[in-house]
Amino acid sequence: MPERKRTRLAAERVADLIQTLAGRGYTVIGPTVRDGAVVYEEIADAQDLPRGWTDRQEPGRYRLEPRADGAWFGYNLGPQSWKRHLFPPQTKLFTAERADGLFRILGPEAERRPRAFIGVRACELAAIAAQDQVLLEGPFRDGLYAARREGVFIVAVSCTLAAPTCFCASLGTGPQAPGELCDIVLTEVVNGADHWFLAEAEGARGAEVLDRLAAEPCTEDDSRRAGAAVYAAAQSQTRRVDCDGLREALEDNFEHDRWDAVARRCLACGNCTMVCPTCFCTTMEDFSDVEGSRAERWRRWDSCFTATFSYIHGGSVRTSVKARYRQWLMHKLATWIDQFGTPGCVGCGRCITWCPVGIDLTEEARAICRDGNDGNTVA
Amino acid sequence: MMPGPWQVRRVSKETPDTFTLVLEPLNGGRGGFRPGQFSMLWVFGVGELPISISGDPAEEKSLTYTVRSVGPATQALISRSVGQELGVRGPFGAGWPVDQARGRDVLVVAGGIGLAPLRPVIYHVLDHRKDYGRLVIAYGARSPRDLLYRKELAQWARQKDVQVLTTVDYGGVSWRGRVGVVTSLFRFMRLQPARTTAMVCGPEIMMRLVARELTTRGLAAGDLYLSMERNMKCGVGFCGHCQWGPHFICKDGPVFPYSRIAPLLDRYEL
Repeated sequence: MPERKRTRLAAERVADLIQTLAGRGYTVIGPTVRDGAVVYEEIADAQDLPRGWTDRQEPGRYRLEPRADGAWFGYNLGPQSWKRHLFPPQTKLFTAERADGLFRILGPEAERRPRAFIGVRACELAAIAAQDQVLLEGPFRDGLYAARREGVFIVAVSCTLAAPTCFCASLGTGPQAPGELCDIVLTEVVNGADHWFLAEAEGARGAEVLDRLAAEPCTEDDSRRAGAAVYAAAQSQTRRVDCDGLREALEDNFEHDRWDAVARRCLACGNCTMVCPTCFCTTMEDFSDVEGSRAERWRRWDSCFTATFSYIHGGSVRTSVKARYRQWLMHKLATWIDQFGTPGCVGCGRCITWCPVGIDLTEEARAICRDGNDGNTVA
Repeated sequence: MMPGPWQVRRVSKETPDTFTLVLEPLNGGRGGFRPGQFSMLWVFGVGELPISISGDPAEEKSLTYTVRSVGPATQALISRSVGQELGVRGPFGAGWPVDQARGRDVLVVAGGIGLAPLRPVIYHVLDHRKDYGRLVIAYGARSPRDLLYRKELAQWARQKDVQVLTTVDYGGVSWRGRVGVVTSLFRFMRLQPARTTAMVCGPEIMMRLVARELTTRGLAAGDLYLSMERNMKCGVGFCGHCQWGPHFICKDGPVFPYSRIAPLLDRYEL
């Protein structure tokens, strides 16, 4: 285990961090404000960061509001996750050309640019780990994902505030960004004019970058204050998922009135699956030119909320919205554990915020487990 | 995720809507599969489909598929002519327990096109006759003209220690065979449950009833195997479509022991 380098970084040094990474050849991708939301896009410098903005989130609602203290990372999460960049919504798998009845496949152009991600939240690191497990660590390995994932320089930022929709603390995925999977962990401490970062390097690559930033040594007190800010964010979370016995309780309540009740509200729009940082389902689309001499095969995000998702000849397996919602929630909180050993939910709360009717999976899970059909109280 | 180029070497009509295609590799690809496995077959510019391999597992130079036309993509598949190319990925999935069944009687129960993924088992058992006990094939189809591999069925029936039973849902005037669902054949077979491994493939409702009937007749749930079907886009556990409760049918299945999946079969819209 490489030693953890711990320093104190003046607030304005964020600009140097971006420049240093860019200087090392990284394309820097970070949070920026676009169309009234914080999104993750290529950024040129610190000016692009959502400084002075915060987000107000609640079920079915997201708004950006100005904040006075000049915090660089004074928001929680926008609609996009890093999945947008590691596992893009649409990917061309290959192009094929045909002549005389024979075809030739031209391979995919894999992403090879070295990239640096800035502002990755703890829950998002957990989500990246979850997608790694699905796409890299099974019996098969997704080469396109591997190419995009490999070598990414990750600057994580621990949260010092929590949106009402956050529940990472109950799942153990945040708000403190863990050292694994990233190169630098920042914790922003902002208290009037007292504005700085606790910057921790994980491994040689992160330490080498931190060395360039005129970081000062960090005192015990600095560490304590940063830790306290993160702890306060955890304490302020009001939503939670109680994992104890949850999988079993959901399994036991495959038939439950609550599924019918939520299906009456659910629009089956699939927003929750699009904003979810762990959802990995895709479909394939084939295109050909009019002559039929050139064809392309594309992979596109899909959603288990569509009727066609479960289609086999003769009809769809999950015809009702109830069955589709149940598939999604059960996958996140129960069957994902069977498949991969952890829940498929990281507690980011995006599905709650971006649900047009504000369905809250923490509430649904609790209701299903609390009022078991068999009359037993589970949670 | 990249299909390899294979060429159609033979196309034969099995029934009015079902064809068998024999493919040979170009570019040095090779055959070889375990009975019960499937491939993803890609038609240029049309799409890709999971199709079970229906040929002889001992044949390494080619791969054989039996395809029923149920939509545009399957129609495109069976419309290929000799010399044309297809993209092949695979073989994928867990197959039938032909090794565990060694030394035991083998009961094959098939419904409709479900006989196709089971034919490699029949070939394998007949190729290794001494390794297995009796082979019983119970096969049901909708009508006499929907019966697959009719010549082979007759041929298999003539072999020693092989019993072939067929039935159809609707017989018509010229049919002299049995009429009824496939479970109605069970009273005609001499089943020794303790020494029998059953392999079942067909519509889900048929498999559920077959499994129930066979366990009632004393077959252990662990000696009974079903081949499941769901929508599949990738075949390797990435696309998520074939999830069935905790299972990815493409990589955990498609063949499952009944003992592992019995509770799931009763879950509607799972």
